[in-house]
Formats: sequence, C-alpha cells, structure tokens
Amino acid sequence: MSVSTADLKRLGEVKAPAGLAERVLAGAGLADEYARFDTVIGAVFVAWNRNGVSAAARSRSAAEFEEYFRAEVRRPLLPGTPPAAMEHRISDELSGKRNLRFDLRGLTEFEQAVLRKAREIPYGQVRPYSWVAREIGHPSAVRAVGTALANNPIPYFIPCHRVVRADGVIGNYGGGGPEAKKAILSLEGVRVQQLAELARAGVRYQGVKTTGVYCYPTCHHGRRALERNVVWLHDADEAKAAGFRPCKVCRPAA
Amino acid sequence: MDGVEHVFERMVHDHQDRLYALGYALTGNRHDAEEVAQDTLLRAYRALVRYPPERVRELKQRAWLHRIAVNVARNRYRRPGPRLVELNGSEQDAAPGPEARALQRVELDAVAAALACLPERYREAVVLRCVQDLSYAEAAEVLGQPVGTVKSNVHRGLRLLRGENDERFDS
Repeated sequence: MSVSTADLKRLGEVKAPAGLAERVLAGAGLADEYARFDTVIGAVFVAWNRNGVSAAARSRSAAEFEEYFRAEVRRPLLPGTPPAAMEHRISDELSGKRNLRFDLRGLTEFEQAVLRKAREIPYGQVRPYSWVAREIGHPSAVRAVGTALANNPIPYFIPCHRVVRADGVIGNYGGGGPEAKKAILSLEGVRVQQLAELARAGVRYQGVKTTGVYCYPTCHHGRRALERNVVWLHDADEAKAAGFRPCKVCRPAA
Repeated sequence: MDGVEHVFERMVHDHQDRLYALGYALTGNRHDAEEVAQDTLLRAYRALVRYPPERVRELKQRAWLHRIAVNVARNRYRRPGPRLVELNGSEQDAAPGPEARALQRVELDAVAAALACLPERYREAVVLRCVQDLSYAEAAEVLGQPVGTVKSNVHRGLRLLRGENDERFDS
C-alpha cells in the first residue's frame, strides 16, 4: 500500500487506551487501589495508596464507589489486592484500636486539622462540634467544622460520627444519614437515646462529687462513679460555681 | 518527594497519548504500543526519583520521553523470537465505537503495519518526524544522530512508504 504523510499524521493522533494512566501510576505505586471489606458495619469499600487509606464508603457496588472516589478525591483508581495486614487493621480500627494511616492530601489544612482532631475522640465517646472547633484553635468556626466533617472522605475510620450536636440532635452524617450515625454509635456502646434526652434537658456535663471533676457524659473517666455521686451540670459556669474542675482528658472547657 | 510524584502524575497525563502513538508506530501493533508506553513511563519514574530537583525542573520532557521510548521499542523489536506484527483489529476493543471508527482503526493498523516493514533506521526517523511531529533537530537529539542523517533517513523512508523504489534500499 502507499502511505501518505497525512496517514502518518493521523497515526500520531491516536489516543492511549482507557486505563493506561491508571496502570502506570499503580505500577509506580502512585495510584489509589480499592477493595471491598466485610466489617462489623457491613460491606465497606476502602481505597488506599502508599500514604495510607484515602477513602471509604458503604457503596452498593464497585462502580458506585469508583464514581464517588473520582468525584471526591479526583485521582485515578484501580481495583487492587490489599496489603496483607490491611483486613486486620480495618477491623481493629472499627473496634477502637487506631493503627491505620490516612492520606489526607487534597484537603485543606483546616479540614485536616478537624479530621485529625475527630480521630482523637475515643471509641464509644462523643464530643460536640464546638469542642472540635475550640480544640483546633478556631472556637468560632463551628459551622466550618460541621462542613469539614460532612466532607470526610474516610467516614467510619476517621470517626466523624463521634461528633454530635450539643443540643441532643444527633446531627447529620455523610456516611449514611442520622440513622446510620445512631446505629454506628450504638454499636460502639454509646447510649444514644439517653444522651439525647440529657442534652434536650440542657445537661451538658457530668460532675462527680467525690473527685470534684466534671466531664462530657460519655467520657470514660466519669463512668465509674456511683450514681449517687453524680451531679448533672448545664454549663461550665455552673460547674465552676459548684466547685468542679474540668476533666483533663475530655477537656469540657477551655 | 511529593514534588516528583506530582511532576510524574502530570507527565503521565500529558504524554500518555503521544507515547502510545509512538509505540504504535514503532512496533506496528496496539498491544506492544501499550507496553512501550507503560514501560517508558515507569522507567521515567524510576529515573525521576533519583534526579536532583533542578534536573527534574529543567527536563525537556518530550524529547527525554521519546528517547526512552525509542530504546524501549528497540528492545522489543530487536528481541530474538517471533515478532507480533499485525493483528488487524482482532484484539479486543475496549470501547467499540461506531462503524466509522472501526474503519479508521483498520486503516491506522494498516499504516502502522506498513511502517513496521521499514528498516529500523528509516522507520525511527519517519515516525519521529512525521508521526510524532518532532522537528528535525529534536528527532536528531532523540536518536543521537546528526540532523543530516535524520533528514535523509526520513526522505528515504517516505519514498519507500509511497511505494517508490529506492536503489540504495538495503534491508
């Protein structure tokens, strides 16, 4: 056959097949990979890369998860075989042991600070949004904290579900709505109903007469007190007036 | 470290099509083209992580990647054993398009196959100059040959492709 220079030019305009970039980046250890894990909270799709876990969602299908990942994280993603220890680490993480690493690149400093702070909340405990805002040094940015938590790319593992509204409303939840949030908290042993009733009654803190310390109601340092020694407190001023000091672990006041 | 990763991600994004086209034109088939593009980019990554930052910054990416790709492709077609030449669309198409596109594919396969029949030195020169649209100077740099040599190789390669006889043709 006779080949013209126009033919050659057209040959130069072919496009690489779909997935080539992903395979290259995965080969270099730069692409994110994902797999489905069966956990205590059901099937969860988890994405990871060499920096750590980068996203999680209880998607109904792999396709749905890929779509979520590309929209949220905006990096190439391939199905992969998880590193050997990953299955263990994932179930550990969901039962309160913290040994996963996370990749939060792509989030702002503020969002990262919020998520890191949320991760400090122990398993089975909750803190109000205002606590997160105060702890990261932006006490008036309560709403922004809510937004950052709502956009948490790694729910369940970065426990944004442990941040609740101070007025007893459970608050919205990116990982599946308020009902899912309640379910996960209940699974962790939080008495959600009781907590909501206390909050609605205006009770924020629990003081223990024998120690003179007051805590958030779910703080594990207050839970061993006998019921007759417990005083329910509405705010920090009331606590102070009654001679209580804030717990140094759950830090209910600045 | 993070900087190199970012540079590389951009490089993959910017050059994957060009490198695939280069591999396709040099090897004559889509399967090898994909492997050439992948191997080239992975080699590039392994080199990038060892380069000092100023070298990464000043890199002429296009020429550099083309030079790597030409070497990768040479390793493939110089390898002893049977060579895969032409499958004429028998491979799976990831996204089968309309008939017009399928036809175009067959035509492109024929062009690539015709190139694959050229002697190596003509083929490389023609591919870099006419398929990849590099300047003679760039092509000469990629091939490590004088510009004059590249020009005459392009010229002879094109004559062969047009079906004209070249008495100096010595495959």
